[in-house]
Amino acid sequence: MKETSDMATPPATATTGATPVTNAHLGSLADVSSGAERHLPVVPESPVMEARDLNVFYGGFHAVHDVNLPYGRNEITAMIGPSGCGKSTVLRCLNRMNDLVTSARVEGQVLYHDQDIYAKGVDPIAVRTHIGMVFQKPNPFPKSIYDNIAYGPRVTGMKVDTMDDLVEEALRGAALWDEVKDKLKQSAYGLSGGQQQRLCIARTIATKPDVILMDEPCSALDPIATARVEDLMMTLRDDYTIIVVTHNMQQAARVSDRTAFFTARPDETTGNRTGLLVEFDLTTKIFSNPSDKRTEDYISGRFG
Amino acid sequence: MNPAGPSQTGLPAVPQLGRKRRPGESVIKAVLFGSAMISTAITFGIIAALIRPVIDFFAEVPFGDFFATEGRFAVLPLVAATLMVTVIALLVAVPLGLGAAMYLSEYASKRARKYLKPTVELLAGVPSVVYGFFALTFVTPHLLQGLLSIDVGFTNMLAAGLVLGVMIIPTIASLAEDSFSAVPQAMRQGSFAMGANRMQTTLRVVVPAAISGVAAAVVLGMSRAIGETMIVALAAGAQKRLTADPREGAQTMTGFMAQTAGGENPVGSLDYNNLFAVGLLLFLLTLTLNVISISIVRRFRQAY
Repeated sequence: MKETSDMATPPATATTGATPVTNAHLGSLADVSSGAERHLPVVPESPVMEARDLNVFYGGFHAVHDVNLPYGRNEITAMIGPSGCGKSTVLRCLNRMNDLVTSARVEGQVLYHDQDIYAKGVDPIAVRTHIGMVFQKPNPFPKSIYDNIAYGPRVTGMKVDTMDDLVEEALRGAALWDEVKDKLKQSAYGLSGGQQQRLCIARTIATKPDVILMDEPCSALDPIATARVEDLMMTLRDDYTIIVVTHNMQQAARVSDRTAFFTARPDETTGNRTGLLVEFDLTTKIFSNPSDKRTEDYISGRFG
Repeated sequence: MNPAGPSQTGLPAVPQLGRKRRPGESVIKAVLFGSAMISTAITFGIIAALIRPVIDFFAEVPFGDFFATEGRFAVLPLVAATLMVTVIALLVAVPLGLGAAMYLSEYASKRARKYLKPTVELLAGVPSVVYGFFALTFVTPHLLQGLLSIDVGFTNMLAAGLVLGVMIIPTIASLAEDSFSAVPQAMRQGSFAMGANRMQTTLRVVVPAAISGVAAAVVLGMSRAIGETMIVALAAGAQKRLTADPREGAQTMTGFMAQTAGGENPVGSLDYNNLFAVGLLLFLLTLTLNVISISIVRRFRQAY
């Protein structure tokens, strides 16, 4: 068993009351140096999810080649790499969002609790209730803050005692409650970009998923909003498994326990760039002593 | 300091930022302004042209004789028939039109949509006199009297309303489909990522987000139904009759106007002026319905 986090991150529901949010959040960022103090095993034990020989094609275009990647429980796994390296494509395979792209074809396996989510008879909708997703651009529904949170539990027919409590719990979990508790009936579009993104995270945790996928969740946010989302991610790690795609290497270094570095290799005949996994290791290892030259070039800014 | 000086010192010349004449722009602006003015002017011209004979009409006929249920100038039977036929048309066209729009936008494959949408829009190009004869020679005798064994007259509001509904399906379907397609893909992805299925995504996210477009589609369809003349003149009959039974024939406002205008009433006669009074009322009726619809939409709109 891995040790529990020794960071002073409060449980998701404990950010109640008069705790000042702003300074604490910004301050805590400096104290956190990723998973270094977490003493994780070199290879994730009993991963929640695992990609096995994953290949993705869009029509005739080979987008991702032979990815093998385990995702550890209650860990943050970052997938980094240059544009077109297939990291977002891999992420979208993990909850079958690629099903919505008609030309997409997936080969290989994606295991979730040792079941292949691409096996025959698996319901992609059931998959997505366990594996939630937060997108690059905040995409709240044009509804009230309350209805945004209640949407997931309503459509999935979740049994809830009172929706009000669930909404509050989700908003507290996403460190947004204190900012929005007086305007739950107002449109989500009145919130700032950073608040909208935390609303999207709250919306996702309202359905009580197991895994949360994040596709460049901070790329549309300013540094302060980014810091709060990163802080939130590290809090959420206690209850969820988080897999994040990011262009921001500092972000990967700050928040993630493990990092997977992808790159794109041009096909010699067609010139199409196929994404592949170069290296996967503890984040501290990747950013201090990578085994692969390409990783080193990328993280040191010589490439990409 | 002379800004023109730098050339002597070897620096590049100061860029010229003075105002330049662009005669083409002014011409285009004038032409576009003219186009906008002409359509506005025509609308007001129509109202102005209607007003004069209406004043003459009410100089001779008291309001009570016009807004009466029976009598030579009674308009209420015509209004009732118009509303009856319009309601029947909307009962046909709103479910079918919105259903078609939802299918085309949310369910159909790209290829199916490529062929289906133009086909639906083709219906809009059928001349209304053809629909009128279709109602008279097919819907009434074969569909209503024959297949459904409904005891309808040779002319009846039911057949007129049904065919009128078919006529406005493409208007509603096409406009609603445009507004569904305009809903950002990110919103659908957000919904699917919450574990919603396609129907939930369509009904709870896409349709509410597109509600103003949907309402515009329905209002436009309704306006076309109210104003349509040929179908009702042929299929609803030329008898002014106040009845709540759609199986009976009853003349509508437009039917009355077509009959009166085509008759032998000299310009300036009382019957001729009656025509304008009915016309103005029709105009006001449509306007009122549009204003009501717009205000309803404002209240329930979910802007994105």
